[in-house]
Amino acid sequence: MLDLLKGPVLTVQDFFILTGTAVRNIFRSPHYSDDIVLQMDAIGVGSMPIVVLTGFFSGAVMALQMSRALAQYGQVGRTGMIVAISLVRELGPDLTALMVAGRTSSGIASELGSMKVTEQIDAMRALGTDPIQKLVTPRLVAAAVMLPLLTIIADFVGIFAGWVISVFFLNVTTRQYWSSAWRALVWNDVAQGLVKPFVFAFVVALIGCFYGLRTTGGTQGVGRSTTQAMVTASVLIFVLTYFITQIFLYASSAQM
Amino acid sequence: MADPAPPILRFENVSVVFDDVTALSKVSFEARQGESRVILGEAGSGKTVLLKAALGLVKPTSGKVYVFGRDLTTMRERELFEIRSKIGMLFQESALFDSLTIEENVAYPLQNQKSISCPPDQVRPRVEEALKFVELGGTLAKFPSELSGGMRRRAAIARTVVTNPPLTLYDSPTAGLDPITAYTIMELLIKARDVAQTTTLLVTYRYQDGNLVANFRYNSEQGRLERAHNGDLGNPRTTFMALRQGSLIFEGDQHSLEASADPYVNKFVKKHS
Repeated sequence: MLDLLKGPVLTVQDFFILTGTAVRNIFRSPHYSDDIVLQMDAIGVGSMPIVVLTGFFSGAVMALQMSRALAQYGQVGRTGMIVAISLVRELGPDLTALMVAGRTSSGIASELGSMKVTEQIDAMRALGTDPIQKLVTPRLVAAAVMLPLLTIIADFVGIFAGWVISVFFLNVTTRQYWSSAWRALVWNDVAQGLVKPFVFAFVVALIGCFYGLRTTGGTQGVGRSTTQAMVTASVLIFVLTYFITQIFLYASSAQM
Repeated sequence: MADPAPPILRFENVSVVFDDVTALSKVSFEARQGESRVILGEAGSGKTVLLKAALGLVKPTSGKVYVFGRDLTTMRERELFEIRSKIGMLFQESALFDSLTIEENVAYPLQNQKSISCPPDQVRPRVEEALKFVELGGTLAKFPSELSGGMRRRAAIARTVVTNPPLTLYDSPTAGLDPITAYTIMELLIKARDVAQTTTLLVTYRYQDGNLVANFRYNSEQGRLERAHNGDLGNPRTTFMALRQGSLIFEGDQHSLEASADPYVNKFVKKHS
């Protein structure tokens, strides 16, 4: 029984060691700012199209679905509120993180995994660079900056899509839509909507790096790491979003 | 007896165990200034692990590794960088960085090893010199994927020797190459050894590579290898070692290697002589 648990516990421990080292490296020289910019471009700008598309269609589908339920109470005018709250609090951060995880975590895992199996990571250490400093920390910093920004973009595009649906299909006026959307949002929502992507950035970047750097067993191993990274990152995003929501609910109820 | 020159590299009962697999078991040896060591062994006999332990990339489970008289096993990663800057390592399959050009690859140790502190305007001339050394002049702007296997290996040798390290480690430099390219690579290794008088560790499964290292030297006037007359390579000379399943089962010069009755050792000698 103890032996069964040993593996997973050691893995989690290794992950936290990597997280600690990567975070500590932010404050230690040498800083590889070129790599940070490069990763920001790859993670942030590169993910823009898929984030805009998912944001748009999730906002549109929310407006369509919710309008049916709201129609039963004669409250179709409040579609804006439902779309805004569900996007800013939940769907925006989750879907953005999932899309970026699918794209970036797997990409990082396969890139670092290939470097591992071709001994490039060892070569890096042999030639005087710390792979965590050079490879992991820039990816973490880039993700932590870009993921909240991508989420904001997804939120706006989603709310905009909700407006398009409301005005053209649901006979809601522009004014009605935007004022209900605007009034629905309180600081707690916005805070929650920005804390989530920040936490997910750690998951997306570090899970990819973690599985990449652990790769063994040639090209087959790279494939395995890539899948593992993507699956683990996606599941963790769902688990963490639940706990963050709980914490915010608890905190806001404690205030009252 | 007082020893004037301490060994460059010294293994003391080094064992490396990964999970349940023993990669090295109680390996002890010394390499002295200017000596060449040829390490023979089958795949999976611990040859690569031995080189990685000499660089501090792999921490021994027990035992001590001394490089230039300093114990690697008690050092932290950041302290190891200074020692590593004096060691050149050629990895199996070259391990050039895919995302960097050949020029950037060869410049990498000059720019990243703090203790080398190469002034920025010196980087390019030294890179060009190293690439000329391996006869790979006009490839500076190419990426590793654009080169053939033999050319990649040569670029990796340039990266290994660009810092003029006093100790060089070569991990199966001729693996997967055709005989002619393999000979060119061995020629370069011997040239690097004889021009800079470095201590060299060569891991291989090909006996003819070891034979070249032991009996040939680089003639800089004619620009090719020539057979050294007996004892002409000077002292210390080439020592052969054989590894089997992580254990050092043979250590000695070429004569005793060829005279060895051990079937495992014999296999290497017989196969290629």
